[in-house]
Amino acid sequence: MNTSDAIKFRCEGVNVWYGDTHAIKDNDIDIHDKSVTAFIGPSGCGKSTFLRCLNRMNDTIDICRVTGSLLLDGNDIYSRDIDPVQLRARVGMVFQKPNPFPKSIYDNVAYGPRIHGLARNKAELDTLVEESLSAAGLWDEVKDRLAAPGTGLSGGQQQRLCIARAIATKPEVLLMDEPCSALDPIATETVEELISGLGERYCVVIVTHSMQQANRISQRTAFFHLGNLVEYDTTNAIFSTPKDDRTVGYVSGRFG
Amino acid sequence: MLSMTALIILILTVAGFFMARNRAVILGGETPALLHSRPVYHGGYVCARTAIAGFGVLIVGLILSNIAIRWALYSGLPGGLSEIERDLLVSDGVALASGALASRTDEARQAVATLYGYLSTIQVWGLALLSVCIAALVLARSLGQVAIPFRARNRFERIVQVMLIVSSAIAVLTTIGIVASLLGQTLVFFSDIPVWKFLFGTLWSPLSGVHDGTMDPEKVGAIPLFAGTVLITVIAMVVAVPVGLFSAIYLSDFASARARSIIKPMLEILAGIPTVVYGFFAAITVAPFLRDTGAAMGLSVSSESALAAGVVMGIMIIPFISSLSDDVINAVPQSLRDGSYGLGATKAETIRNVILPAALPGIMSAVLLGVSRAIGETMIVVMAAGQGANLTANPLEAVTTVTVQIVALITGDTEASTAAGPAFALGFTLFCITLIFNIWALRLVRKYREVYD
Repeated sequence: MNTSDAIKFRCEGVNVWYGDTHAIKDNDIDIHDKSVTAFIGPSGCGKSTFLRCLNRMNDTIDICRVTGSLLLDGNDIYSRDIDPVQLRARVGMVFQKPNPFPKSIYDNVAYGPRIHGLARNKAELDTLVEESLSAAGLWDEVKDRLAAPGTGLSGGQQQRLCIARAIATKPEVLLMDEPCSALDPIATETVEELISGLGERYCVVIVTHSMQQANRISQRTAFFHLGNLVEYDTTNAIFSTPKDDRTVGYVSGRFG
Repeated sequence: MLSMTALIILILTVAGFFMARNRAVILGGETPALLHSRPVYHGGYVCARTAIAGFGVLIVGLILSNIAIRWALYSGLPGGLSEIERDLLVSDGVALASGALASRTDEARQAVATLYGYLSTIQVWGLALLSVCIAALVLARSLGQVAIPFRARNRFERIVQVMLIVSSAIAVLTTIGIVASLLGQTLVFFSDIPVWKFLFGTLWSPLSGVHDGTMDPEKVGAIPLFAGTVLITVIAMVVAVPVGLFSAIYLSDFASARARSIIKPMLEILAGIPTVVYGFFAAITVAPFLRDTGAAMGLSVSSESALAAGVVMGIMIIPFISSLSDDVINAVPQSLRDGSYGLGATKAETIRNVILPAALPGIMSAVLLGVSRAIGETMIVVMAAGQGANLTANPLEAVTTVTVQIVALITGDTEASTAAGPAFALGFTLFCITLIFNIWALRLVRKYREVYD
């Protein structure tokens, strides 16, 4: 298995509250670079909440409070001198429902580079857009209609466009919140292949409801239950020799 | 007498409802589910039939008999009179019969009065009797229809459906009627005055040129009025669009829930202030303030200025733009905001690059609504911008608008038939402009919708 041992995210004693609700309870996890890490668990277990801590998307929710230490390459992302806006350029995110902007395909991909000034001229921007669309496996399908609206693509194409959009910002980490749950099985297969490939170049963290999906595309899997990180190991170990009774119950389909 | 008749028909109608319902209940007896229609539908059906028959006969009869009476009165007049004399004779006769003052009382008028009194008595009694009888007849007949298999529900719903169609037809027909009368009067006006003199003339003083009931074509140039309307509308939109849009952005994306719950209703209060109040606010507070400020800076600002009217009109339009834009901006899905934040965009970048483009069609329609309010607004301009048709692009001078001139023409001392000509022409032109504007706006919005949905 092609796993890297370099640690991208080191999280210790992470707690999250929504108002009075204790959503994440004192969790530790190390996320490895250049691999796919899957978060699984029943609905409401906190896996999406934890994912959204990693790029401080929870900051946009007023009542949300995060404590503990979350280190990205050794730097605390919740420290005062980190600007969440800059952090999110390094830690990209793809959402559950494809959400292309109401702009052309080209402008969707060029959005991040334009904001962050990643291209000095039109030619560089063109190259970056092409690279990103190619990396997302969408270039051949859309190269002749880059000016067409992104919202006119099919669901699976839209989600790959969102992935291309995230890649174009040249992030180090890609967070994916159930990226296939709004897609049909064929589109899911395409996107899954894409994610597996991205795992070789980026640190990819994916939240999924589908254990088969976690099994297919991830190298490591974390099982969350009621706000606790119950078990975290290589995907093989989680699915073949789970240690905790709750993990056994979940992966064997007894609850969830 | 006729109101008495209407009351009787109403009583029959209500009685019909309860009688039919009771009858259906009794027919249903122990097993009401056997009835095809619930008793209330039987009641509604009989009630509607009775009302339609009774009031229908009353109204149609009234219209037809009035026509008949007029015809009878005119055909009874002595021969050899001009049309105006005949009209006068009849109207005096009718006035005499109802005890009002007439211009003269002579034999011919008395004859008309007697004939009218006789005929109208027959009309009232005949109609009363006829409509009550027919209502009662229809009531009895439709009451007889109440039976277990009778499909009262379907028929009642059919009647309701026809009522809905008639209601919408009334709205449409009224519009067509207004446009037609506007068009007719305008054509009459333009038969005397060349269209191009009206549309491109630069001197507006229509009533000063009236000699023997005809107008001087040189003095009905509407350009100053359109220029004034455009000037004031532009000033109003310059005030209203940025303020309205920015407050909408603040409300939707920056304000805390608490601040929003206070500010939004307060903004909407602005929309509830009568325009008359805005008008005297403009005339009494804003205009003198502008004049004094201008004087202090060495500018001569007239005490009635386009600027004062435009600024206050802009304030009036703010809530329309902010409230509508706020709704539209809020309707932009959170997922688009998340997507942009997730790429490392700041709030401002997200609003500028994602939210505003996505909300643009809605914002456009809010702005266009504001423009049409500004064009049609009268009160503020009457009070604060003056009456003199002054062709200028200087916002510090007094100007006048199309709507103000229509008011001046219709409420002025000049005989209505003379003043109505230019008023109708102005009204029709305004209507055409707004119509073109609305169609253009709709197309624009639709174009954006096609691209972005």
